[in-house]
Amino acid sequence: MSSSQVAGDTKYLFKRENTWWVKVAVPRQLRSTLGYDLRRSLRTHDIDVARKARWEAIKELRDKIEKSKAAHGAEAVEAGSKPVEKGNGSRQAARGAQTIDQHIVEIVSDSGEGAQKCGQILGLVSGKMGNGVWTVEIIPAEIQPPAREPQGASGIRVRMGSHYVTNMGNQADMVVAFNEQVLYSRISNGAYKEGTVVLLENMWAEDPEERIRNQYREALADFQARGLVVYELPLQKECLKLVNDPRKGKNMFVLGMLCRIYRRDIEKAKDEIAKIFKRKSEKVIKINHDLFDAGYAFARDNIDYEYEIPSTDDERLKSAIVVNGNTAAGLGVMAAGIDLVAMYPITPATSASHYLAEDFHLTGGFVHQAEDEIAAIGFAIGASYAGKTACTITSGPGIALKTEMIGLAVMAEIPLVIIDVQRGGPSTGLPTKVEQGDLLASLYGSPGDSPKVVIAAATISECFHFVIMARKLAESFRTPVLLLTDANLATGVQPIARPDVSDEWFAPPLDQSAWDEQVAPYDWDETSGLSERPIPGMRGGEYILTGLAHNRNSKIAYDTASNQEGADMRSRKLAALSATLKPPEVHGDPTGDLLIVGWGSTLGAIEEAVDLARAQGKKVSSLHLRFLSPLEPGLKDIFAGFKKVMTIELNYSDDPDAPLINEETRRYAQLALVLRAHTLLDIDCWSVVPGHPLSPHRIGSVIDARLEKLEGAE
Amino acid sequence: MFGLKGDWSLDVKERYFTLDDYSGAVPRWCTGCGDHGILAAIHRVCRDAQITPEKTVAVSGIGCSSRLPHYMNTYGFHGLHGRAMPVACGVKSRRPDLDVWVATGDGDCFSIGAAHWIHAMRYNMDLTMLVFDNGIYGLTKKQTSPTTPLDVPTNTHPSGALLPPLNPLTVTLGITNISFVAQIVDWNAQLRHEVIKKAHEHKGTGFVRIIQRCPVYVESIGKGLQDEPTRMQLLTHEKGVQVDDSVKRLFPNHAEHDPTDLAAALTIAANDSILPLGILYHNPDAICYDQISSVGLEMSTDERLAGMNQALDHFAI
Ligand SMILES: Cc1ncc(C[n+]2csc(CCOP(=O)(O)OP(=O)(O)O)c2C)c(N)n1
Ligand code: SF4
Ligand SMILES: [Mg+2]
Repeated sequence: MSSSQVAGDTKYLFKRENTWWVKVAVPRQLRSTLGYDLRRSLRTHDIDVARKARWEAIKELRDKIEKSKAAHGAEAVEAGSKPVEKGNGSRQAARGAQTIDQHIVEIVSDSGEGAQKCGQILGLVSGKMGNGVWTVEIIPAEIQPPAREPQGASGIRVRMGSHYVTNMGNQADMVVAFNEQVLYSRISNGAYKEGTVVLLENMWAEDPEERIRNQYREALADFQARGLVVYELPLQKECLKLVNDPRKGKNMFVLGMLCRIYRRDIEKAKDEIAKIFKRKSEKVIKINHDLFDAGYAFARDNIDYEYEIPSTDDERLKSAIVVNGNTAAGLGVMAAGIDLVAMYPITPATSASHYLAEDFHLTGGFVHQAEDEIAAIGFAIGASYAGKTACTITSGPGIALKTEMIGLAVMAEIPLVIIDVQRGGPSTGLPTKVEQGDLLASLYGSPGDSPKVVIAAATISECFHFVIMARKLAESFRTPVLLLTDANLATGVQPIARPDVSDEWFAPPLDQSAWDEQVAPYDWDETSGLSERPIPGMRGGEYILTGLAHNRNSKIAYDTASNQEGADMRSRKLAALSATLKPPEVHGDPTGDLLIVGWGSTLGAIEEAVDLARAQGKKVSSLHLRFLSPLEPGLKDIFAGFKKVMTIELNYSDDPDAPLINEETRRYAQLALVLRAHTLLDIDCWSVVPGHPLSPHRIGSVIDARLEKLEGAE
Repeated sequence: MFGLKGDWSLDVKERYFTLDDYSGAVPRWCTGCGDHGILAAIHRVCRDAQITPEKTVAVSGIGCSSRLPHYMNTYGFHGLHGRAMPVACGVKSRRPDLDVWVATGDGDCFSIGAAHWIHAMRYNMDLTMLVFDNGIYGLTKKQTSPTTPLDVPTNTHPSGALLPPLNPLTVTLGITNISFVAQIVDWNAQLRHEVIKKAHEHKGTGFVRIIQRCPVYVESIGKGLQDEPTRMQLLTHEKGVQVDDSVKRLFPNHAEHDPTDLAAALTIAANDSILPLGILYHNPDAICYDQISSVGLEMSTDERLAGMNQALDHFAI
C-alpha cells in the first residue's frame, strides 16, 4: 500500500488520494455489524498533522466498538442475521444452522464471470429441494461492457422461501460481489438495506494499479457508512489454488459457498453443474466440482452464516417445471397447438423465440424470422388465414410497427395470437427493463374502431396458460388476441406446476371439408357478431378477404349500412365474450378502506404488500385484472365496496404534487384511465417508471400513504 | 374432362374447370387499362393447368392492380399497401398444397413494399408474383412511383419526375437465391401468356415485371413503347419462352440469351437503352423456403402430445 512508502511512524494511518486516514481493526464477533475495520479521514495531507490528530480519532472509533460490543452481547443469541463467534472447526457442531422463512441473495459481477449461471443453479437446487423460488437476472445493456463499471453490472437475484414465492421481493439479505464497483449499480437501484451482508472479493485491495486499490478502499468505507456488512474474502486467491484463470470458475466456488451457507443439497448442485458442462469433457466437470467443493469448505471454515430454509408443501411444487415467462410462453405456443411463430428479434421478447427454435420441432412447429415486424405479423396473418391460427411475438416498438396489420386482422376477422413482452418506452426506451406501458397502445393504438381481445398474464404460469386461452379466443371470436407480458415475467424464473398437457389444448386439425355455399363468409350472428370462417381448400367457401369495408359476403361495400353493420358486428363480439366472463375475485375482504387494482406482473408484489398490510390490521384489498378488453364484468359493484380505489402500475402518470399538475392537467396511469372511463368513478392511481419491478415494500408504503390521506380510515 | 395419360389411356377427371370457374366479379378497371389483359392471361393459365379453384389463393396489396383477387373466383386476400408478399409467403408457409398468386403494383412492390420484395425473392417460396408496373400510382391518382420515367409529370412532381427510375430487374437479379425473373408488356397476348405460364409452372418465386398501360394517367409510357417497338428486345433461347413468328415480327430486336446465365442476365437488365422481354433468369434448383417452413405438418396428435411432454421434461425438477 502507498502508506508503506512513507518513512517513519504510520501506525493506524493510511493514505488515500493524498489524505491521511485512521483505521482500527474490529474484533471478529462485531464484524457482521461493523465490518473488518473502522476508518475516518483526518482531512490532511500533512503526515505530521495526521500523526498528532490520529489519537483522538482512534479513541472515537474505539468507543464505537465498545458501544457495539455492549449492544451485541445483549442480542447476540436471537440476532440470527449476525454470525456468532465460535472456535474454528467445532463451529458447525456447536451452533447449527438458523431456520429462516426466506432469504434474498444476489450475485453480481462483471459480465462474463458467470454470476448468472451460479444463481440459476442455486435457484434450481432450491426448487428441487421444495422451496419457493424466484430468480431474476440483472442484465447490462451492452454485451461486453468494460470491467469494474457500475453500468456493466451483470448478475442475478435469487429469492428462496419456505412458501411459494411470487416476486423478487424487497432488499437483498446477502450479496456476493466479484468487485466493489458493480455493487454500486445495485445500490442505486435500492437493492440493499442496512445490514445486508456483502461477501466481497478482496483481490482489488492488492491490485497493481493504485487507482483500483484506492477505489476499493473508498468503496469499502462507503459501504460501511451505508450500513452494509462487508466481509472481504480472498475468492481469487482460493480459486487460484485450483485454476489458472478464476474468471472462469469463480462462480462455481461461490456456488459452493452459497450452498454451504444455505445448506443446499450438495449432490443436486453437483448434478446441475454436470448438466451445464455435459458437452464438455469429464475433466471440465471435475474441475468445476472441485471448485464447488473448495467454496463449500471455505464457507464452512470461514463464514459464520448458516441458514436452513424449510421446504414448502405447496401443491404447485409437487410436480414442477422451472421456467422463465418467455420459455413458458414458448411452451404455451406449443401446447396451444400453434405451429407457426413469425417474429423479428427484439428485447425482451426474443428469448421466447430462441426457446421455440430449440424445441418447436417436437410439436411440429416452425419459427420464421422475418425481415421486420410488419412482415412478421403479415406472415403470421397469411398462415392464419390459410389454416391454423399463428402467432407473432414482439415488444413495444414492434407493436407500433404491427399496428396497421392488427387493424387488418380486426377488420377481416383473422384469428391471430400476438404476444407483447413489454419493455420501457416510448421509442427504443429501456430495451431490457420492465414497464407496463403498452396497455393503451394495445387497446386503442389503431386508427378507426379496432376492437380486439387484450389479456395480460400476471404470473409465469399464466404466460403458459394464457397462450392456450388466447388461441381459443382468437378462433372462437375470429379476432386477433393480444397477450401482454413484460420483461419482469420474461426474465423471472420460477418453479411452476407442471402443466398436465391435454390434446384438447391443441388446435383442431386443418378442416378441409366442403363449405355450404349458402353460408356467407361473414355470416354474422346478429346478437353476438360471431361467424365461422372458410379456410382455403374448402370447396364452396371461396371468398376474397379484404381490409376494405365489406358486407357479409366479403364484398367491398362503401355504403353506410354495410359499414355500420360491419363495425357493429366486430364490436359486438367483445360484448359476447364479456358475457362469458366471471367477475374477478378480490384478494382480501370484499369491502374495506382501500382497493388496489393491478394488472400484469405486479400481482405477486401487490398481494404480498396487501397481505402484510392486512396482517397489520389495515383494511386494504386488491384486485388483479387479466382481461383488459373486454374488461371483466362487475367492476363497478366491486369498487363500491371500498372508500378508495386506486391502481398501482408500472407506467407513467403525473405525480399530483408535481409542478403545474392539477385536476385538469394530471395524466393518469393507463389502467386507471381505462377504469375511470369504464366506471365513471374517481379512480386514483400511483405509478412510476423505474425500469425495475415494484417491490412489496414500495407498494406497502404507497398503501400506507393513501390510507393516511383517507379520512376515517381505521 | 378427358385427358390423355402417359400410357395413352383415357383419364376421366371428376371436375373440369372452364375460364368461368376462375372468374370473379366484373373488373372495374378503366377502359384500356393493361390490367384487363393480365387478368385474362391468369384465368387462362389457371384453366390450362386445371388448378383447383378452392386450392388457389390470389394475394394482393393495395392499388388499382391489387384489386385483382376480387376478379378471381378462388380464395383471395386483398390486404395492405405494400404487404402482399409477407402475407403470400405466410399463406404458403404451412400450406404448400395451395397455389398462390400475387398481384402487386410498382408503388406497392418497389416502394412501400421494397423490403418485402427483396426478402421474399430470397425466400423463393413456390408462388407466382406479378408486378403490374404502370410507372405511376394509379389508385391514388397520379403520383410519382419509383419507376416513373424522368421528366414525366405527375401530381407530386408537376414538372416531371426528378430522378431516373429505379431498375427493378437489376435489383431483383442482384438478390441471392432468386429463381425466375422475367419481363413482359401487357399488350402482347401470346408473350404475356407464355411467360406467365412459365412463371406459374416454375417451382419457386416466378417474378414477372409487367409493363402495364395506364392510359388515364400516363398514356405516354405505354404509347411510346407501342409506337416504337425497337425500344424493346425479345430474348430468345431454347430454355426461354417460345413464341410465334408473328410475335417475333412485332418485336424486331432479338437477342439470344440463355436464362441460366445470371451474369448475362444482369448485363441485359442493366442496359437502360433497350427493354428486354422474355425470361432473363431461370434456376429451377434454388432453395424453396416453403419446403423448410412446412416441417412437421404430418405429425399426428399423439406425436405432438409426446413432443410436448418431452419439451416439458427439459424443465422438470
Ligand atoms: C399505408 C398506406 N399508405 C398509403 C396508401 C395509399 N395508397 C393506396 S394505393 C397507393 C399507390 C398505388 O400505386 P401502385 O402500387 O403503383 O398501384 P397502381 O394503383 O398503380 O396499380 C397508395 C399510395 C395506403 N393505402 N396505405
Ligand atoms: S387508373 Fe390507370 S392503372 Fe388504374 S385502373 Fe385506370 S388505367 Fe388502370
Ligand atoms: Mg402503379
